[in-house]
Amino acid sequence: MKKLSISSKITRPFHKFLSAISLVSIFMLSNASTAQEPVRIAFMDPLSGTFASIGNTGRTILEFAVDYFYNSKGGILGGRMIEIVSLDNKQSPNETQLQFRRAVSEEIQIIFQGNSSAVASTLSQTISRHNRRNPGQEVLQINYSAVDPILTEDNCSFWHFRFDAHANMKLNVLTDFIAADPDISSMYIIGQDYSFGQVVSDTTIKLMNEKRPDIEIVGNEFHPIGQVKDFTPYVTKIVSSGADAVVTGNFGADMVSLARSIIDSGLDIPIYTFYAAYDGITATLGEGGKNKIRLIHNGVANPLPTEARKQFNRDFKIAHPNYDVTQPRIVNALQMVVAAMEETQSTDPYDVALALEDMRFTTMAGEEIWMRAQDHQIFQGLSVSVHTDEGVEFDADNSGWGLVTEYQVPLEETVVESSCQMRRPNR
Amino acid sequence: MLEVLIFATLNGLVTGFLLFMLASGLTLIFSMMGVLNFAHASFYMLGAYFAYSLSLYFGFWGGLIFAPLIVGALGALVERYGLRKVHASGHVAELVFTFGLAFLIEEAIQFFWGRDTKNYQTPDLLDFPLFTLFGQEFSAYRGFMMTISIVIFIALYYVLTKSRVGIIIQAAITHPQTVSNLGHNVPLIFMGVFGMGTALAGLAGVIAGPVLTTFPGMATVLGSIVFVIVVIGGLGSLAGAFIASLLIGLLQSYAIASDVGMPDLLNLFGISFDRSHPLNDLWTMNLPQIAPVLPYLLLVLVLIFRPTGLLGKREE
Amino acid sequence: MALLKKSSIWIAFIVALLGLPLLFDSILAISILNQMVIAIVFALSYNMLLGQGGMLSFGHAVYFGLGGFLSVHALMLIEFETMVFSILWIPLIGGLFGLLAGIFIGSFSTRKAGTVFAMISLGIGELIAASSLIFSSFFGGEAGISGDRTFGPTFFGFDFAQNIEIYYVAAVWAFIATLFMYLFTQTPAGRMANAVRDNPERAEFIGYSSRKVRFISFCASGLFAGIAGGLFALNYEFITEENLNAATSGRVLLMAYIGGLGYFIGPIIGAVVLTLMNSLLSNYSELWMLYLGIMFLLTVMYLPRGFAGFIMMHQLAWVRGNMKLLIKPYLVTTIPALLFTLCTIALIEMSHTEDEVFHYLGLVLNPASPITWIVILAIAGGAFYAVKRSLLQLNDAWETANAIPKEEET
Repeated sequence: MKKLSISSKITRPFHKFLSAISLVSIFMLSNASTAQEPVRIAFMDPLSGTFASIGNTGRTILEFAVDYFYNSKGGILGGRMIEIVSLDNKQSPNETQLQFRRAVSEEIQIIFQGNSSAVASTLSQTISRHNRRNPGQEVLQINYSAVDPILTEDNCSFWHFRFDAHANMKLNVLTDFIAADPDISSMYIIGQDYSFGQVVSDTTIKLMNEKRPDIEIVGNEFHPIGQVKDFTPYVTKIVSSGADAVVTGNFGADMVSLARSIIDSGLDIPIYTFYAAYDGITATLGEGGKNKIRLIHNGVANPLPTEARKQFNRDFKIAHPNYDVTQPRIVNALQMVVAAMEETQSTDPYDVALALEDMRFTTMAGEEIWMRAQDHQIFQGLSVSVHTDEGVEFDADNSGWGLVTEYQVPLEETVVESSCQMRRPNR
Repeated sequence: MLEVLIFATLNGLVTGFLLFMLASGLTLIFSMMGVLNFAHASFYMLGAYFAYSLSLYFGFWGGLIFAPLIVGALGALVERYGLRKVHASGHVAELVFTFGLAFLIEEAIQFFWGRDTKNYQTPDLLDFPLFTLFGQEFSAYRGFMMTISIVIFIALYYVLTKSRVGIIIQAAITHPQTVSNLGHNVPLIFMGVFGMGTALAGLAGVIAGPVLTTFPGMATVLGSIVFVIVVIGGLGSLAGAFIASLLIGLLQSYAIASDVGMPDLLNLFGISFDRSHPLNDLWTMNLPQIAPVLPYLLLVLVLIFRPTGLLGKREE
Repeated sequence: MALLKKSSIWIAFIVALLGLPLLFDSILAISILNQMVIAIVFALSYNMLLGQGGMLSFGHAVYFGLGGFLSVHALMLIEFETMVFSILWIPLIGGLFGLLAGIFIGSFSTRKAGTVFAMISLGIGELIAASSLIFSSFFGGEAGISGDRTFGPTFFGFDFAQNIEIYYVAAVWAFIATLFMYLFTQTPAGRMANAVRDNPERAEFIGYSSRKVRFISFCASGLFAGIAGGLFALNYEFITEENLNAATSGRVLLMAYIGGLGYFIGPIIGAVVLTLMNSLLSNYSELWMLYLGIMFLLTVMYLPRGFAGFIMMHQLAWVRGNMKLLIKPYLVTTIPALLFTLCTIALIEMSHTEDEVFHYLGLVLNPASPITWIVILAIAGGAFYAVKRSLLQLNDAWETANAIPKEEET
């Protein structure tokens, strides 16, 4: 099996645990270094606890891609393997700090992290601080999923690269799509009461006022994150407001419950979302969500554009039947990081960061994507896809249901300005 | 506005009755053993998961019947081999035990069922709107949830006050020694009550699973609210738990439906603040935003002014 | 002489605190040590409530978190030069804020002990955690607030950029806090807290207001929790809502309980054990929380007085010089018990793994083959039987070791 060689880190947990029972051996991590030492990359996301399913899927994709593209073909940089080290941050800022120190302790210099903008901000700040205080031990943050715009705007950092479109970019496209629908004359915004939910609400209102001032925003509701048992009372308000569409940035159980309550109440209006697919959500929504639920995301869903991309999905499914390729951007991030390493023949974060800046790269989906040097934000085509069971070649959750892309915007049209004033380290 | 009011009331009642199914078991267990069962909501979650698995083979109705029985049996086992052992070390130990149990059940569920959301659906039989009012449907399933809860309430009331078993249970709560001397097996009664309480929680999980989403965090969302209800109602009082359940259900529902907030209150007094005011968050707060924490506010207020709860008798 | 004996423990404590980073000097080790000293202060402050005062709190993280938040705000004041003072005093600021919060909340929550107190603490905990997300100008929403500890005046040339420097600051503060918490147990107020815990009525009869006694313990506990929060702020330079929510409150309860409530040293043991498990175990298995849960339940069931209680159980045998009688029976029980545990873990991990080969203890197991399962099950069964049998012997040995010697009996 392909996966084995790379996932030894997880498959031998207790072998390692027992050898490490004596504290001393744990504390004194060996720093032996040889020429063919593997390139170690940390994957830091929730791997236990409530949010673990997303983290586990992400790790599976990353490990599969590492083996698929590199390790099975003799490695990178003239024969060095890539080793993925899983660090479980439990989606908590505290744990993130601890795991970061572990990564530094093990001399890992590249960290993939995606879930939760709060965690990404913490990590970005921690890394900037660490890199400033410890020259020569720098660490690079590869953010593949946290979409709070601030990370590549006011709080941008030289050591942080984002491989997902941020919320404002996505909303820009999503509102275009909504604005093009003449049937919509009023809309309702509901979201979790935290920074991302507020960004979604503020930006949507601002953009809709510019694009379709005739659409009335009939509701702008916040609810506490992860605390609502039953969304029916909220849906009652949506119904009585007479809205023609719902926009929400909810994720996880809050997303499922909201969508289900809307479906159960018989309300037949479109729901525009960010995170309403995969990890059990698609299967749960099933028939009720058909042609109602639309997602904005980067890249393309069904039909997949190239044979290479399709083959990747098929091979992945053979190796991991219970997982889906939910975030192909993880693969893009990995390929770009490796390309930067090959270009500079170095794994030093500073060199890799410089090489990543302004890099243009063709993904396996045949699309050219661009990493802007100014703010380290990726630019790539964005799509709006619908939840359906028709024309779904690659479904989600093995349910027969999946996403079909309805609307696509090329890279050039997604470019937005950034307020980033990056502080560059002087070497 | 009227439709909002009507639906808010209906939603409040559905939630309230559901909460009562959990609270009734919890308060019974408390009056009997003097211990607040922290893992109660975990049994609710177990109910939903068992029902989900059973529904794959026997349909929803199979799950409805068997899942609560399994959960009840598990509850009885926990009492027999866990709680009873810990009982000797005092109430704090028991409480901490149930606290740990809640933690363990959540982990075990993730181990056996995985961490993703489960596709547990309402039965086809009930998949139609019961009635449509002002353009909004009230699903038959919600009607079914309410019916089940009311039936349970009546049955529980009848069993506890009218039947022989109920009278023995009531006696065992207040005078365990005497009941034991009369030849009844008090530990067995305790085990039965614990089993029954957890079975009720399991039943609540079975019927709530399809609408409130079956996922590993479902116990946490509900867990402490049930506690709040039992305490507000008065520890050990079934009627109090009933009133408090409906109160909390309606309170939350109305709070979400209302659109009032601090700005309205301030306008009333003709005060206004600039957005840059340091306490801006306070001045712009509105009721729907804080709806889910209102029960805790109520809890603190009730405990300060009436430590026994609404209908509680016993002073500790 | 007695004084020397008493202070020798404290000298050993400070030597251990200051010496540990010399033994374990990796970045990770320092980070774990930092966590540990913070957890020790926090767990000890919790023990003032539950262990010494009999007040079961489900919201102790409130004082830790509030202290931490104010400390980070203080760091920001230093950074923007609104006020200039050494960051060494930050934990004190956290502590004072914890004390203030304790005075305010304690004024109404300590009227009753028992369930009423427990439920008020739960309610307050949830309220404050929820409002911390609503009032984002002070609490910074879910991302929290962050500061930078290096902007204050340097202390003998140290600018506190490195974690090891902060460790020494934290260690000294932890030592002071621990000493004061110990001294508190020796004061009349501390003694009365025990009396009120055990029998409030009797305490009232001899003229003490049990409410006032509880209030004093409560405030002191808030003070020390706030100090722990301040140390946290110094160490991590940020703080989030997570640090005052129910999960943190639950964790400190676990620490104190697993360690042993009745003993001053109990929470220290609990804090050390839980911190180690939390930061090390999670790296070796995804299922670590499952194991933690099982361990916790077993501790509550079989070691009701916690680890410290288990150690103290041997006091009598130790005094009688009978410890050697216990060594062999302990070994006879522990070895099969360990074998049983390892087999159980193997079974759990094997049923969880998705891979075709499972590496365990240097063995290569095949989860797909029933033979692997049968063999492991058989070993586990045998080990279980052996444990059961040897427990009887252990029990006998225990009786002998603790038996009153013949001479004393008469």
